[in-house]
Amino acid sequence: MSDDTTKKRWDPGVQSYAGMGYYAADYEPKDTDVLAVFRVTPQEGVDPIEAAAAVAGESSTATWTVVWTDRLTAHSHYQAKCYRLDEVPGRPGEYFAYVAYDIDLFEEGSIANLTSSIIGNVFGFKPLTALRLEDMRIPVAYVKTFQGPPHGIVMEREYLNKYGRPLLGATVKPKLGLSARNYGRVIYEACRGGLDFTKDDENINSQPFMRWRDRYLFGMEGVNKAIADTGEIKGHYFNVTAATLEEMYERAEFAKGMGSVVVMIDLTIGFTAMQSMSHWARRNGVLLHLHRAGHATYTRQKTHGVSFRVLAKWCRLIGVDHLHAGTVVGKLEGDPATTRGYYDTLRDDHIPTNPGNGIFFDQDWASLPGVMPVASGGIHAGQMHQLVSLFDDDVVLQFGGGTIGHPLGIAAGAESNRVALEAVVKARNEGRDLMKEGPDILRKAGETCQPLEVALATWGDVTFDYTSTDAPDVVATPNR
Amino acid sequence: MIVRHGAFSYLPELSDEEIAAQIRYAIGKDWPISIEYTDDPHPRNMYWEMWGLPLFDLDEPDGALSEIKACRSTFPRHYVRVLAYDASLGRQTTALHFLVQRPPEEPGFLLARTEGHDRQQRYAVHSYATTSEPGDRYGS
Repeated sequence: MSDDTTKKRWDPGVQSYAGMGYYAADYEPKDTDVLAVFRVTPQEGVDPIEAAAAVAGESSTATWTVVWTDRLTAHSHYQAKCYRLDEVPGRPGEYFAYVAYDIDLFEEGSIANLTSSIIGNVFGFKPLTALRLEDMRIPVAYVKTFQGPPHGIVMEREYLNKYGRPLLGATVKPKLGLSARNYGRVIYEACRGGLDFTKDDENINSQPFMRWRDRYLFGMEGVNKAIADTGEIKGHYFNVTAATLEEMYERAEFAKGMGSVVVMIDLTIGFTAMQSMSHWARRNGVLLHLHRAGHATYTRQKTHGVSFRVLAKWCRLIGVDHLHAGTVVGKLEGDPATTRGYYDTLRDDHIPTNPGNGIFFDQDWASLPGVMPVASGGIHAGQMHQLVSLFDDDVVLQFGGGTIGHPLGIAAGAESNRVALEAVVKARNEGRDLMKEGPDILRKAGETCQPLEVALATWGDVTFDYTSTDAPDVVATPNR
Repeated sequence: MIVRHGAFSYLPELSDEEIAAQIRYAIGKDWPISIEYTDDPHPRNMYWEMWGLPLFDLDEPDGALSEIKACRSTFPRHYVRVLAYDASLGRQTTALHFLVQRPPEEPGFLLARTEGHDRQQRYAVHSYATTSEPGDRYGS
């Protein structure tokens, strides 16, 4: 920055980013601006203001040197501007940089374009040791250019005819190796026992041990038998993830033709393919489940990558009906406050700034339908009171091992989960304190349901209690 | 078989006190209560018959309970359910529903398969009860 005083803005050569206008402390963001907050960790000796300006520059119009062709444009309009820079409490050397982008920088309705700008180049920028996109504010004007979830929470409930309780699911295990006939058996047993959904895992596509078409045929036999056995609508998330979009359409069409209410995609297919499948799902009346396969490679570390709350916002815009968002009490990463922030982001229409939950900006979704969060991974019936307290009704609770690993069989495992759920919801509605009385409520329900009694005896108080690597840092949190 | 319908269909049948507690919860959330009945429990039968209009301005569960009892005595062998409706912006849909009566005998559903090409099946679910005429399905 120091040599800026002697250098004019348009002198050829290298200028500081701040000097070129990418840092503007007096800029007041417009309601239509896309806002982002980055956690910036500059290299030793790099001025934090210059580092923050560089982030704004490299994620918008700047390159490493002055170019005269900027002067052919209304360049200050297209420049992103870092308008606020805060030290991260309790984390020396890290800064929260708030950056505003004019809406004109982005193509309407394209997450691929939005992400190519915001996270396209800048994360490899040498003067930074690390960079993390913590949160974004998507202005209503931009929200309205996206389709959003094909159905959303309300339509999904009306479609399934299920109200007033969380939905239940299970991922078929083992996730690899079962033949189609055996796989369909697991679907049938889990659905007839009382689950609403079963699920392919992220890496079940069309392998030598089970080709997709065979899985869909046997799977729908299981689903339909369970519907007839119980009198309620069931679904299996058929994973249509494939090498090409054409193949995904073929698999999705086949699932639809067999009467499946839902199909599934993995995050690994990429944002553009996700948007295509979202439009397909809306056109065809099929629910769309998203498995966030691979996300933790860039969401987990708090100094580098993209926070999951940002990914959740992108997914709501892209438009999926279900998205895995953490369990808090299960086997996968997630601190309670941060996870709450994800759930609010997916389900609510207006999310106010809440630094304690990692929400940096007010977010208004302008009636874009909500996404049903999915809590999956290492949860069991004995935690039902905690799960209902944490997540309320609009969530799919998925018990894979907790269903299929039940000593009395898969249907018994499913029944134990369903009975535990209904008992806890009923007790909550009666005004009972779940966190205090939960274990008693479950034990009592087990007296008239042997599978639940056995589930509680088998898993009892199993819990995964590890310190989270990712916590909101707007107020100081313990370092890792 | 036992038809699984509504939020509490895997629990023992709710007593009237337990039903009242659920209604009290709904009233506390400003959710109007309605009562519906049917003798066609097909899972995709969305429109059960309405037992009158929704009860919009209840202060206590008693008014709803007396309507439930009246519905049960008029249709002693039908399914009867209670619904709570959330009219708030962004919801505008049913918030909770649960059975408060089921027929003594439930014959269940036939899964009909039509053989298609390439090993595909067309599935249809038929309620055994609906082979009889409405009103005459679960005995008299």
